[in-house]
Amino acid sequence: MALPEGWEMVVGLEVHTELKTATKLFCGCANMFGDEPNTNICPVCLGLPGALPVLNERAVELAMALGFALHCTVAPSTFHRKNYFYPDMPKDFQISQYDLPINSNGFLDLPDGSRVGIERAHLEEDTGKSTHIGASGRLQGADRSLIDYNRSGVPLVEIVSAPDIRSAAQARAYASELRGILIATGASDGRMEEGSMRMDANVSVRKSGEPYGTRCEIKNLNSLRSLVRAIEYEALRQVVLLDDGGTVRQETRHWDEQHGETSTLRVKEEAEDYRYFREPDLVDLAPSDEWQQRVRATLTRMPAERRVALAALFTELSDAQVEAVTVAVDLDLDEFVVHAHEAGVDAVLALNRATNELAASESGVAKLTYEAFNETLLLEQRGQLSATQAKAVLAALLEHGGETNAVITELGIEQVSEDALATSVEALIRAHPDEWARYVEGDDKLEQFFVGFVMKSTKGQANGKAVIALLAGKRSNTH
Amino acid sequence: MRSATQIAADVKSGATTAEAELDKSLAAVAARNEELNVFLYVDEAGARAQARAVDDQVRAGDELGRLAGVPIALKDNLCQRGVPTTCSSRILEGWRPPYDATVVERVLAAGAVAIGKTNLDEFAMGSSTETSAFGPTRNPLDPTRVPGGSSGGSAAAVASEMTTIALGSDTGGSIRQPAALCGLVGMKPTYGLVSRYGLIAFASSLDQIGPFANTVEDAALLLEVIAGHDPMDSTSLPESSPSLVAHVHDGVGAKRVGLVRELIEGADDEVVAAVTRAAEVFRAAGAEIVELSIPEIKLGLSAYYLLAPAEASSNLARFDGVRYGLRVDADNVTAMNEATRTLGFGAEVKRRIMLGTYALSAGYYDAYYGQALKVRTQMIGAFRAAYQQVDLLLGATTPSVAFKFGEKTENPMAMYLSDVFTIPTNLAGEAAVSVPFGVGASGLPIGVQLLGPGRSEAALFAAARVLEIAEGR
Repeated sequence: MALPEGWEMVVGLEVHTELKTATKLFCGCANMFGDEPNTNICPVCLGLPGALPVLNERAVELAMALGFALHCTVAPSTFHRKNYFYPDMPKDFQISQYDLPINSNGFLDLPDGSRVGIERAHLEEDTGKSTHIGASGRLQGADRSLIDYNRSGVPLVEIVSAPDIRSAAQARAYASELRGILIATGASDGRMEEGSMRMDANVSVRKSGEPYGTRCEIKNLNSLRSLVRAIEYEALRQVVLLDDGGTVRQETRHWDEQHGETSTLRVKEEAEDYRYFREPDLVDLAPSDEWQQRVRATLTRMPAERRVALAALFTELSDAQVEAVTVAVDLDLDEFVVHAHEAGVDAVLALNRATNELAASESGVAKLTYEAFNETLLLEQRGQLSATQAKAVLAALLEHGGETNAVITELGIEQVSEDALATSVEALIRAHPDEWARYVEGDDKLEQFFVGFVMKSTKGQANGKAVIALLAGKRSNTH
Repeated sequence: MRSATQIAADVKSGATTAEAELDKSLAAVAARNEELNVFLYVDEAGARAQARAVDDQVRAGDELGRLAGVPIALKDNLCQRGVPTTCSSRILEGWRPPYDATVVERVLAAGAVAIGKTNLDEFAMGSSTETSAFGPTRNPLDPTRVPGGSSGGSAAAVASEMTTIALGSDTGGSIRQPAALCGLVGMKPTYGLVSRYGLIAFASSLDQIGPFANTVEDAALLLEVIAGHDPMDSTSLPESSPSLVAHVHDGVGAKRVGLVRELIEGADDEVVAAVTRAAEVFRAAGAEIVELSIPEIKLGLSAYYLLAPAEASSNLARFDGVRYGLRVDADNVTAMNEATRTLGFGAEVKRRIMLGTYALSAGYYDAYYGQALKVRTQMIGAFRAAYQQVDLLLGATTPSVAFKFGEKTENPMAMYLSDVFTIPTNLAGEAAVSVPFGVGASGLPIGVQLLGPGRSEAALFAAARVLEIAEGR
């Protein structure tokens, strides 16, 4: 969906991601999603009187890794208290980073070649989780509220983009690319449905070439679908408002997934004064060069790099294949394609099988070895397995694991050996000399006549393409 | 009155038992606690169990802790597992911490017997124990007068011989001032020397736990037991506990002692006279006395009354009625927070929360909190410069001896001024000790204060001991 002619949206995203540490940011409690409520708690994350925070080194490492992956400056930083009352925040302040974040001034390159600036990516603690019992399901109007503090103190990184995003599709690409980086750095599992990644969008609109308009912040967008819909709705709302001679009020808005619209949560005048000040219970965070180097050394390749490496296997890429390359990297399947290509499999075939058969079985991929994948595709390529058979073999490998030949035997597939196929084709030519002569003369329609016979005689187990290749080879030899 | 050092030795030798010492303590509590309001809670069962455990160790011939069988009082802002901890505030009434403060863990591990929790100014905000929600503590030396504060209960416990030693906390003078007013030795250690884990925070960057004792040696012993790195407190210094008792008798040698004009200015004549006499004692002991001026000290009070309330406004936010302590029900959560805090906090606590909230507010931060931080930096620099010239500083602990009830409650500024000599050490994060030296016309003790750079506790105790000897103790 595009905005009316002449209008442009300006979007910046704030992404909160939970770090995949074993323990919480300031205490030794397990950082675990889905446990019984209030089982992973202690005096520190309950904010009991007298308890003090101690910074989790692993969280710092993951934050630094993310900073490096986002090309940020990783610098000495401090912690601040953000003061406001909320029942699921046990100290009634949040320990966060303010004027000196651990990571700042980076960027993220998207698959379409655009670049989005990263203003900062700072560490902070998560709050507990409230469940409001009552008609509205929200705090206002609830009969009572239950609070689970298992999430209280879980490490978060808040990644703030520059207002460089110009469409909902680009916002989606940014979020999805960022998710890939979170997973690649080991910072997060990227599970949006479990709240591992929560997004706020700052949206404004302007006539092309004019200065930025007044922005609204849409809170708590927890899926890519919500992100796209909310941004599109909000930008259009602002354009319609401005076109009617109205003005946009700076405010925080709520996204209603069910009705597909945003509504006012609070206006700027009601914005809280968080009274930030340096957290006196923590010391400054100044990771040594040696520590930074150690973290940098653990970084694996980022998605953008992997896409380039994968694309390099192809002489030319169709639009669909560009998309397939992105999917393969997103789903962490690109190494299958690379290995298969090294083993002599055609890259197009490998990419197809990876982004179709493998992509369909997320849980099975862990059971599939590179060797089994390579072997299956080589057999298919040589015509010893038909496409249907190769897919069946892959499906079995994804389900149970194992080795290609063993699976073929188990499935009762009779492999057509290359010799058998050649013999069968030769017998066919001898039995139908007239047809063969016409084919040699250039009547390509007869190709299907021969393929049909071979398939029939092998009970469909031969690879049609391999038969055609054989026929073509013999024809050129006959000339 | 026997010292902690002596009691521990006698328990070890079998000359006394921990239980016998406990009984003496409990008898003193029974005799005077109602009158003096020292203990908010006496943990008789817990203390009995601790004493018996020590006596069992003696019988078994086990190695004993350094405070074996020594009765100790704990200021009621220190968490002790299962024991009511109130900070002398209604808002925490009935709360029992599920954990021990690190210092509590350490004194218990050393064999001390914790008698109970002592009264304080509400959340340690005050200089007379009069802001306690549970009534003021009386000075055992003159029950018409205050014991000082905020650790007034801990000071009174030792001064009334209910315990031999006590723990307090010092944010702007809350150990040294009551020590002076009750005739005890009290030390504010270097920031970070003692873990704050389990100390209910007033102003985190200034708070420090420290000892009360009758003698310098006992104070040194208690500090040695509680000091040293604690992984639970990020601001805890990395070193292990310093050697203090071994250096108590080191004297002042040829040290240079700075007599600071701003640390006696405005004090009563009898207090100034005591400080001057202390300087003479040091000179006679071989030290060089250097008169000097640190003008920045005068800025301390106003900086402190911005920084401490600012931190307190945030530290005390958690008392919201949601999880523990008092809850006053209301229609919604915000109204419940307000009703709970309105009823739960006393006037002085509310005053400081408002001061601190204001000092941190957008538009005022730079003029108040930011400015106070700059003063603090100046103070640190001024002390650093002074310690280039001299080894230790000398001054008064308080402007006067113990004052009467109600004398300063009507005027907060007058009350705040009782900490004018002690606050600078907290702002600088350094160490200072108050030691009794002479008495005033009323017969009440005067405290002399010795200040030193960070980690100078051994030198401070040694110098304090010189004054103690001069007093014939």
